[in-house]
Amino acid sequence: MPYDYRPFDYTPPPGLTGPEPRHKVVIVGAGPIGLAMALELANHGVASVLLDDNNVVSSGSRAICWSKRSLEIFARLGIADKALAKGVTWKVGRIFHRDQEVFNFDLLPEEGHQMPAFINLQQYYVEEFMVQAAQENPLIDLRFKNKLVGLCQSDHATIDIETPDGPYQIEADYVLACDGAGSAIRGVMGLDFDGELFEERFLIADIEMQADFPSERRFWFEPTFHPGQSALLHKQPDNIYRIDLQLGWDADPEIEKRPENVIPRIQRVVGHSDFRLDWVSVYTFQCRRLGRFVEGPVIFVGDSAHIVSPFGARGGNGGLQDVDNLGWKLAAVLSGKAGTELLQSYDRERVFACQENILNSARATKFMTPDDGAERIFRDAVLHLAATAPFARSWVNSGRLSRPCVYPCAGPDHPGLPRTSCPGSVAPDAPTDKGWLNAALAGQVTLLAIGQPAPKVPGLRTLTITPNDFVTSRYLGAAGQALYLVRPDQVIAARWIAAAPQAIADAVTAIWKGQT
Amino acid sequence: MNLVTEPNLTQSDDFYASLLAVHQSLGPDESAALNARLILILANHIGDLKTLEQALELAAKS
Repeated sequence: MPYDYRPFDYTPPPGLTGPEPRHKVVIVGAGPIGLAMALELANHGVASVLLDDNNVVSSGSRAICWSKRSLEIFARLGIADKALAKGVTWKVGRIFHRDQEVFNFDLLPEEGHQMPAFINLQQYYVEEFMVQAAQENPLIDLRFKNKLVGLCQSDHATIDIETPDGPYQIEADYVLACDGAGSAIRGVMGLDFDGELFEERFLIADIEMQADFPSERRFWFEPTFHPGQSALLHKQPDNIYRIDLQLGWDADPEIEKRPENVIPRIQRVVGHSDFRLDWVSVYTFQCRRLGRFVEGPVIFVGDSAHIVSPFGARGGNGGLQDVDNLGWKLAAVLSGKAGTELLQSYDRERVFACQENILNSARATKFMTPDDGAERIFRDAVLHLAATAPFARSWVNSGRLSRPCVYPCAGPDHPGLPRTSCPGSVAPDAPTDKGWLNAALAGQVTLLAIGQPAPKVPGLRTLTITPNDFVTSRYLGAAGQALYLVRPDQVIAARWIAAAPQAIADAVTAIWKGQT
Repeated sequence: MNLVTEPNLTQSDDFYASLLAVHQSLGPDESAALNARLILILANHIGDLKTLEQALELAAKS
């Protein structure tokens, strides 16, 4: 059944009838990133005004693959249960060359994690769940049909807004640009994206059909149903399937989008015509970003700051990790707990993550759409060998799927402890006597004590757990005990076998200074 | 592991002959494809990025 797009109510904002007091935070763009940002800030007690020029959720499925890390973030935002209940859970990917399977991968072969590796869920459902949570939250002032048309910045920002009832102005200490790849804020500030445009076009289509495909990601290089090109199939809820087809650079997007051209292509993929076309788009591959994500009182989050080619699920998931990183930092700056240098660490860490996403995405794009010459010769050699030599299967690159990056982190470390939980990593999940570990660490700086009582540090939340097999393999290794200092975004900032309270207090100070 | 550039394969004449033999009946495109596969196989066998980068550098500047 097609999604029922119900418009949200527009309410005339107070600014139309008189000046509004200056807001702490105005978020521009109520897509998944802007909505997540408002919910995350509200978790930290920060009120925000959230503006959107539209009054309906995303048209078409758009972002569909939500990673384990995004689900952990959704849990903090209160929408994980709904997303998991509605979404299609998957972890197996199969890759075909011509019509033969050459490789398959299992993204989460190990047990002991609350969240699956990925779910597929149309962006409009994610937005619907988030809008509902935002509207129920007294700290979020969500304003539909409020379009940003101008922005001036000094030590704060002044925003010009248009509504169906006319224009008004508001002021904010911080403006969070969550307004997507075509960011209006980037436009009015005259900021340009820098990076690479790949000369390739993909057709993207959602179809509704009754089919018995397992919940897997399927990727084809040069299938007989689409000769010489690449294709991707993903299952979504409501019997909706996402099909991506490489078209080549010469394709005319407007012509390719016409149903009379799309339908025969899809017929060749699925082998019949018993389907309904739900949504069609044509896109190019780009890997581009802003030089800096923080420009005075304006902070760029998600696609407004960076765009990557698809197939790695690094756009939506990367944006949510921006939210994850920024929420607690901005809350601390606004409450006076930290200085603005903490926001510079958002810029530093998320630029680093963005570079990693762009690197992976650009490499996958090159593999999928090689230039003639050496690029194609080596690509074809990998695919050829993958059929017979096991090593080559992992070289096949149909997109390296989003995982949270490990931030460079100078916090105290002990070389004997497992690599998987080194400083800069998101705390690996594990079942414990205090519940799921990742969830138990959310929201505040926390000292995790394993196999020992937690040293007393004034004002520091502690969590003491008993080792089990999962905890030992992910946090202890050969050690019998350890201490982990974890940030509010569940990123490990420091770890020791044993530590004096002063060393721990110093590491906490380093977190609030944006050093770790 | 550093790239070995001193003689390391005693039967080098034998390998050279075998290398020519597998290419013998191939056209230029097929030869290029075979060489590409061979490089990937040997790279995996060497299994050390630093050594491979030294090899790439030596090949590129020779």
